Amino acid sequence: MSQNTIATAGAVARLIQEFNRLPGIGPKSAQRITYYLLRANSEQAQQLAEAILSLKQQIKLCTVCFNVTDADLCTVCRNDQRDRSKICIVEQPQDILAIEHTGVYHGLYHVLHGAISPTEGIGTGDIRIRELMARLQGSPVTEVILATNTNLEGEQTALYLSGLITPLGIRVTRLARGLPFGTELEYADDMTLTRAFEGRQQLD
Amino acid sequence: MSQPRNYQTEAIIIKKTKLGEADRILTLYTPHMGKIQAVAKGVRRPKSKMAGHLELLTHSLVSMARGRNLATVTGSQTINSFLPLKTDLARSACALYVTELVDQFTPEHTEDTPLFQLLLASLERLCQDNNKDLVLRYFELQLLNKAGYRPQLQECTACHRPLEPVSNFFSAGAGGMLCPGCREQQSFAYPISVNALKVLRLLQNSDYATASRLRMTALLAAEVEDIVRGYLKYLLEREVKSAAWLDSLRQQLRRDNPSSSQGGTAPAPQGTAQT
Repeated sequence: MSQNTIATAGAVARLIQEFNRLPGIGPKSAQRITYYLLRANSEQAQQLAEAILSLKQQIKLCTVCFNVTDADLCTVCRNDQRDRSKICIVEQPQDILAIEHTGVYHGLYHVLHGAISPTEGIGTGDIRIRELMARLQGSPVTEVILATNTNLEGEQTALYLSGLITPLGIRVTRLARGLPFGTELEYADDMTLTRAFEGRQQLD
Repeated sequence: MSQPRNYQTEAIIIKKTKLGEADRILTLYTPHMGKIQAVAKGVRRPKSKMAGHLELLTHSLVSMARGRNLATVTGSQTINSFLPLKTDLARSACALYVTELVDQFTPEHTEDTPLFQLLLASLERLCQDNNKDLVLRYFELQLLNKAGYRPQLQECTACHRPLEPVSNFFSAGAGGMLCPGCREQQSFAYPISVNALKVLRLLQNSDYATASRLRMTALLAAEVEDIVRGYLKYLLEREVKSAAWLDSLRQQLRRDNPSSSQGGTAPAPQGTAQT
């Protein structure tokens, strides 16, 4: 932004307003960041601006699994080493990062970009279910792993998908729902405890 | 407000919206404070002790601390988690429809214990009863009674004469029935069969034990549903969002096994049976 803009206060106010719209940034944080950038060298501001622009210009969704990518296919779909007989269904791209971090899963993914939420008016047509079903048609996939969230919306989505996929003769599994690591049993809710009992395993 | 700083109440969680990184704003329906909103901090973190007790469609004992604006949830303990609702797609769709209607029809901070009881009973019925549509219709009519929109089903809303047992008309704008002679007074009045009117009256006036003995043909059930849905939509001046989901699930069910009767209502020979 040019240094000799007369309405400097206007430019400051505008940037504060823009930052304020970001998740997790309140009016005070927005002010702090704006005044920091005002004092910082223009190189830094330039880098930030370019990073934001390239995010919107270069990043798109993978044509197969709808993960974020800068090419037609995301890094997972491009990788020959991945097990193509398994697809793991997640609600959002961030979930893939969490699963990849564990390193236990080597199959492919499918990002729904949401979950069925009747009260918010999000139905089956609003998330990428149709694309998933098209992808499964005639594919070598033998197992679909439902890794939607364990809240009501995620459960509904999982139930709905299993109703659609099971008739295709593909094995449908759901991530185990039980006690999270590092918690105390006494605070567990009924649903979690019930699941934990159903899914109990023998210690060898 | 004369509420103490910290208080505890029974509540059914009817709505939730995300707030910030790990918090939620919950809408709770309580027996003595009516509908209230409260912030539940940290419930979107996996290790939250409260999260499981504050999921949608859960009946919990909730501790809260009064705040400047919204109350903050400080603890919660499940009373009934309605497990069947959460493991069955159709049941949970019905339950979400019920809670959305409660949310839409109630103002905040207005005590309505009978409505709380109705909501609780309806969720329990949805867990057990196989006639989910009847549970919904009964809930809708009773909700209208309690919310002050009880439709006039006994006499014509225009000429106030008792209705003859012929095909009369229902008008959402008139708030009830119109006889054939008066139907012209409202531009939108839909014909309603004698049996459908009988069903509506029964749902409006009897207890659930009586209403649950009602048997309807698929056609009659659909007629009753259309009339009530139309009336609710007119009152709310918008679509009930979860109704669309309910419909799409039902369509799919019908596509999968075309032989089953619509809506799960047991087919009866003709019209309403004796109740």
